[in-house]
Amino acid sequence: MAEQRTAPPTVIVDDLHVVYRVRVAAGERTTPATAVRRLVRRQRPPGVREVHAVRGVSLVAYQGQAIGLIGGNGSGKSTLLRAIAGLLPAERGAVFTRGQPSLLGVNAALKTDLTGERNVVLGCLAMGMTAAEAAAVMPGIIEFSGINERGDFAALPMRTYSAGMAARLRFAIAVARTHDVLLVDEALATGDAGFQQRALRRMAELRRQAGTLFLVSHDNRSIRDSCERCIWLDDGAIRLAGPTAEVLAAYEAETRRG
Amino acid sequence: MDQPAGTGATALHPAERVDAATLARAHGLTRGGARPTLPAYTAQLWARRHFVAALSGARLRTAYSDTRLGALWQVITPLVNAAVYFLVFGVLVDTGRGIENFVAYLCTGVFVFSFTQQAVQTGGRALADNVALVRAVRFPRASLPLAATLAQLQQYAVSLAVLAVIVLGTGEPVTRRWLALLPIVLLQAVFSAGLALVVARLAARTTDLVQLLPFLMRTWLYASGVFYSVAAVVERVPAAAGLLHANPMLVYIDLTRQALIASPGPAGPAHLWPLAVAWAVVVGGGGYVFFWHAEETYGSG
Repeated sequence: MAEQRTAPPTVIVDDLHVVYRVRVAAGERTTPATAVRRLVRRQRPPGVREVHAVRGVSLVAYQGQAIGLIGGNGSGKSTLLRAIAGLLPAERGAVFTRGQPSLLGVNAALKTDLTGERNVVLGCLAMGMTAAEAAAVMPGIIEFSGINERGDFAALPMRTYSAGMAARLRFAIAVARTHDVLLVDEALATGDAGFQQRALRRMAELRRQAGTLFLVSHDNRSIRDSCERCIWLDDGAIRLAGPTAEVLAAYEAETRRG
Repeated sequence: MDQPAGTGATALHPAERVDAATLARAHGLTRGGARPTLPAYTAQLWARRHFVAALSGARLRTAYSDTRLGALWQVITPLVNAAVYFLVFGVLVDTGRGIENFVAYLCTGVFVFSFTQQAVQTGGRALADNVALVRAVRFPRASLPLAATLAQLQQYAVSLAVLAVIVLGTGEPVTRRWLALLPIVLLQAVFSAGLALVVARLAARTTDLVQLLPFLMRTWLYASGVFYSVAAVVERVPAAAGLLHANPMLVYIDLTRQALIASPGPAGPAHLWPLAVAWAVVVGGGGYVFFWHAEETYGSG
């Protein structure tokens, strides 16, 4: 029987399969004529492919844990995070979470036509804060993100931001609230050294406030610095799970071998 | 190298999988991505009301941000719209025969219809337009079509002020009947929001619908007696009366005309007020439930 833990589980993933349909750039030429032929022959639209991205993952995460997800490109890390966040429906299996997990990833732009400040308020309201709370935490978020270090960028539309600045602002918005489960997808890789220090401190704080953190990164050092548990995903399935040092060692041995 | 479950972040053993749901229930975990019950969904939506207001405000603020005239376009757009229709249907093709105050008649019809038209078109696109937001944060997705409708309602308030000036300019007096505008606008807003929610759900699955929508809306516009009198058509083709009078837009347009214009032209369908309430309740409530039913599927894939 498994050893007893005092910390309760916050995420349970039970034999999860995720299949999603992606539209890839069509290889063949598409013209009105080919579209008609496709409809007549009852074929799928061109370029719609099914990807079985997560194949039977089961795991339990406990309160106060930080868990790193590693693996090559296309191994299903980001898909797993999005499924845990409830943003991708499960084909089979189930995900159980405490509260509503919050995912922040590099691709999640907010509204690029709005200023940074407006995006902060909008993001806070979307997470369920009241208008007064959002206004109160706004300066802190701008400060934390550091986007104003080179001029008053908070008053400019987000489309004028560099990729790194936008990612920092999104991260700052997401960690403004305490989450039971926070899912971070590569967000730290884009920040500079000063921001990474602040982000690490904030993540440690969130864990003390009884949250659980999932971190996807290709930077093994940031995994080692912030996660004590690690999951190695390979082709949508768990290859190895356990203490970070152990898993990383095996992973690095494998990648060195090529 | 298998870790036993319980040491955390490990693969569950096959034997323990049976217990996953039980374990989850024991610790108060909920199934991710599951659709909440209708009352719970409504409560979540109510908790996000500031978010909806901020979204619609943002929409208005950015709509004209790259133009020199800025928010002035909120006034100019309906004016130009009315001017074009007047040029075509008042001057070139005279469809206004038998209508005493055709300018007021036409402008009211154009403004009332464009409110619902814009709400449905922007609301129907709202999920696709905000896909980044949808994939970043979990919130009741109905917020998006509703925010689009709210933005159009704010625009309609400006349009109504313009309309009031036009109507007064054509010599109509200000009467107590103008007060009826408030319930009329509210009922039409509920109706439009419901329709926007229906279209949003359909467009989320069938993206082709967005291409078709402008044509559907224009056909509807032509059938709604905006620049001609439906009563005159009914006189000629009595068989079409049932079909034409069942049009909810005709109900809202006729009610608004009766509120603003002393001689609003030939009478349309009877029982306007009960019809206006019924359409709002059925389409508003039905659209909301219809949208909620597919809540867990939006923004995925």
